[in-house]
Amino acid sequence: MAAPAETAVPLERIGVNRKAVATIAVVGNPNAGKSSVFNRLTGLRQHTANYPGVTVERRIGRSTFGGVSLDLIDLPGTYSLSPASTDEKIAVDVLFGRVAGTQKPDAILAVIDSTRLYQGLYLLQQLTALGRPMIVALTMIDAAEREGRKIDLKGLEDALGGVPVYPVVATSGRGFPPLNAALAKILAVPPPRETAHWPELEHAAEVLVSAWRARGTELHRVEAERLLIDASAPTLAPHIAADIAAARGKLFGAEPPLAAEARRRYAWVRSTLARVESPGSGVVTQTARLIEWINRPWPGTAALILLMFLVFQAVFAWATPLVDLIDAGFGWLGSLVAAVLPAGTWIESLIVKGIIAGVGSVIVFLPQILILFLFINLLEDTGYLARAAFLVDRAMRSVGLSGQSVIPLLSSFACAVPSIMATRVIPNRRDRIATILAAPFMTCSARLPVYALLIGAFVPAQRVGIVNLQGLVLFGLYAIGIIGGVATALLLRSSVLRGENPTFILALPEFRLPNVRTVAMKLLDRVRVFLHRAGTIIFAVAVVVWALTYFPRSPGVEQVRAAAETEARASLTGPALEQRLVDIGNEAAADHIAQSWLGRAGHWVEPAFRPLGWDWKVSAAVIAGFPAREVVVAVLGTIYAVGEEADEQTLAGRLTAAQHPDGSPVFTLPMVLGLLLFYAWCLQCAATLAVIRRETNSWRWPLFAWSYMTALGYGGALLIYQLGTA
Amino acid sequence: MSRSRRLTLADLKPGDRARIESIETADPAVQRLMVLGLVEGAEVLFLRRSLGGDPLEIRIYGAAISLRDEQARRFRVVQGVVADGRAG
Repeated sequence: MAAPAETAVPLERIGVNRKAVATIAVVGNPNAGKSSVFNRLTGLRQHTANYPGVTVERRIGRSTFGGVSLDLIDLPGTYSLSPASTDEKIAVDVLFGRVAGTQKPDAILAVIDSTRLYQGLYLLQQLTALGRPMIVALTMIDAAEREGRKIDLKGLEDALGGVPVYPVVATSGRGFPPLNAALAKILAVPPPRETAHWPELEHAAEVLVSAWRARGTELHRVEAERLLIDASAPTLAPHIAADIAAARGKLFGAEPPLAAEARRRYAWVRSTLARVESPGSGVVTQTARLIEWINRPWPGTAALILLMFLVFQAVFAWATPLVDLIDAGFGWLGSLVAAVLPAGTWIESLIVKGIIAGVGSVIVFLPQILILFLFINLLEDTGYLARAAFLVDRAMRSVGLSGQSVIPLLSSFACAVPSIMATRVIPNRRDRIATILAAPFMTCSARLPVYALLIGAFVPAQRVGIVNLQGLVLFGLYAIGIIGGVATALLLRSSVLRGENPTFILALPEFRLPNVRTVAMKLLDRVRVFLHRAGTIIFAVAVVVWALTYFPRSPGVEQVRAAAETEARASLTGPALEQRLVDIGNEAAADHIAQSWLGRAGHWVEPAFRPLGWDWKVSAAVIAGFPAREVVVAVLGTIYAVGEEADEQTLAGRLTAAQHPDGSPVFTLPMVLGLLLFYAWCLQCAATLAVIRRETNSWRWPLFAWSYMTALGYGGALLIYQLGTA
Repeated sequence: MSRSRRLTLADLKPGDRARIESIETADPAVQRLMVLGLVEGAEVLFLRRSLGGDPLEIRIYGAAISLRDEQARRFRVVQGVVADGRAG
């Protein structure tokens, strides 16, 4: 007898496919472990996009909790409902349902760091007033226990008007089963009991709400409170603005409303804290001593330099075996495919020389990028990057920037595009623009393939003392990028962007062990972004460049080739004949490129680049690299792979063998160093230009950045080559 | 009780504990620090100064905050008053 239940689809399976029942906002202070909680709750079922009109990342994950499908929105971290940055403004706007295309959250999951309950309670007091179902995930409860802090959960729930509190540890997953179960029933959680925290303000807000309702404007009381407090309110209708000004005067007098609010709410926070938390014993652990030591200025600086140096050495030392493996793999794939396809046709050329070789020569650098990002993500997750900002603030100020610029600038070592977006955390406009223009100088991941190729081919892999010379040159290139950026910032801040020094306020996260899950997911994200670029832009450019090198096909070249081959067969035999035929093939291939569209372009601009020691091939590759610099490796690969014996040799080997028409090598040391400097300083990235345009809201800055950096790169390469060959 | 010189956050030494007495609130950066919890009555532990003496790092009820000398001078403090030992 078959039970009817057997044919039914399991509940959780239904939940996955069904439309989400509700939208839950994940809200919390920055560094409270919000993303770790979000990642643990949603796993890989996340969708990342930008909020409309801004570059703040919107992360939504759909997950099923006890058969209930929920959409979780990971909001940017915020300390209060008074936004002080674009990120915080988005968090507040989403909560109030003011963002187009984003569902107004039905309920709230507040993520609060149990070791920083003080700031957490401030946000919680504001959130409870929203009157929506809410639960609290109290993170890092293990750290609080280690510090000896005892939190009275019952008392805390009571102080929050009955909001349930769940202690968790996101790194280990401790406390998540009860949290999951609570999420399943979150819509049934009664909204927090109303507590009169500030009767005067609440009353003034109620008055405004009913006055506006009469005029057809519907507002939540908390939204009205925000309008009363925040000076940076959106543009308001005149009658509303008048109402607010009148109410504000009565409530705050001459005092800044934000200061009045902080005083008022923190008084409650302190009294609540005194009731629900017994403070730590102040035990100084070994870890704390190490942290204390590393935070001291001089040991800290030494540690920072040592750490950066180790990272760059590791990038070269660890990546090499993987690079060799990928390199061999693509070579094998190319020859395998070539054997199947009709020889000498354009299809064979497209697939082997365009697609496989082009993509392969970019993917081959993935190991370096992975290792570098692993270090950057680890440093960020342990809280070290914020410490670095604190350490270098004074130094940054001497070039007119602040410690806050360090995080965007450090992340532009990965890619200038997100880092220019990250400058939104800098409140001062001049400081922000100076940072934006300094960012493209930092050695981004796209420069690494070019650096790695040229360094690998032309810098001997020898040791200078205990130091790998190749690693040393790479370190020098990073330094040159930093010098270029710093000099640019200094120049701008003392000329067109002159103004007072920006302020520096930063909440410093505690050092903690990195969360493997968070680091891994970020790493995955970076790799995905890089491969996405490699897979779309680079692939497209590789094919276009292949076409530019392949077409037009000249019958003349083939006639010359046929004649030469006939002559060779008549006069030579055996190995000598075979060698001659290979040479003829190479010459024909070279003739083909020389008359191709790219070759013509390279020849056309060659006079401009000749003082830098470049031949037309390098010039052509550099031209093709202006939309996206990482493409240059694929272009060089395509140009130099056209020689028939190419399959057996690496691109690096081919570059070493490249000669000027007079037989002298193209890639001499001064030329290579100049080319490296050109890549260090030149702005060859259409995406960066587009982002600068978007973030500065004008074409002036991207045009300036492009011309300035191109001139600087050209001048630097010219200087090095001329001095080196003089 | 003798009248002491006006003491601010910027005058503290590493390891000093103090309570915020009054604040000059005109600077928006100061207001921002108040949102982070630097309000009258709050107890702070002065941790350290950075390379070159600025910015400085303080701890307030478990949260580490860094601020510049310029803003720290707006916070008038009374040193050594620790009612409940919470600042650490």
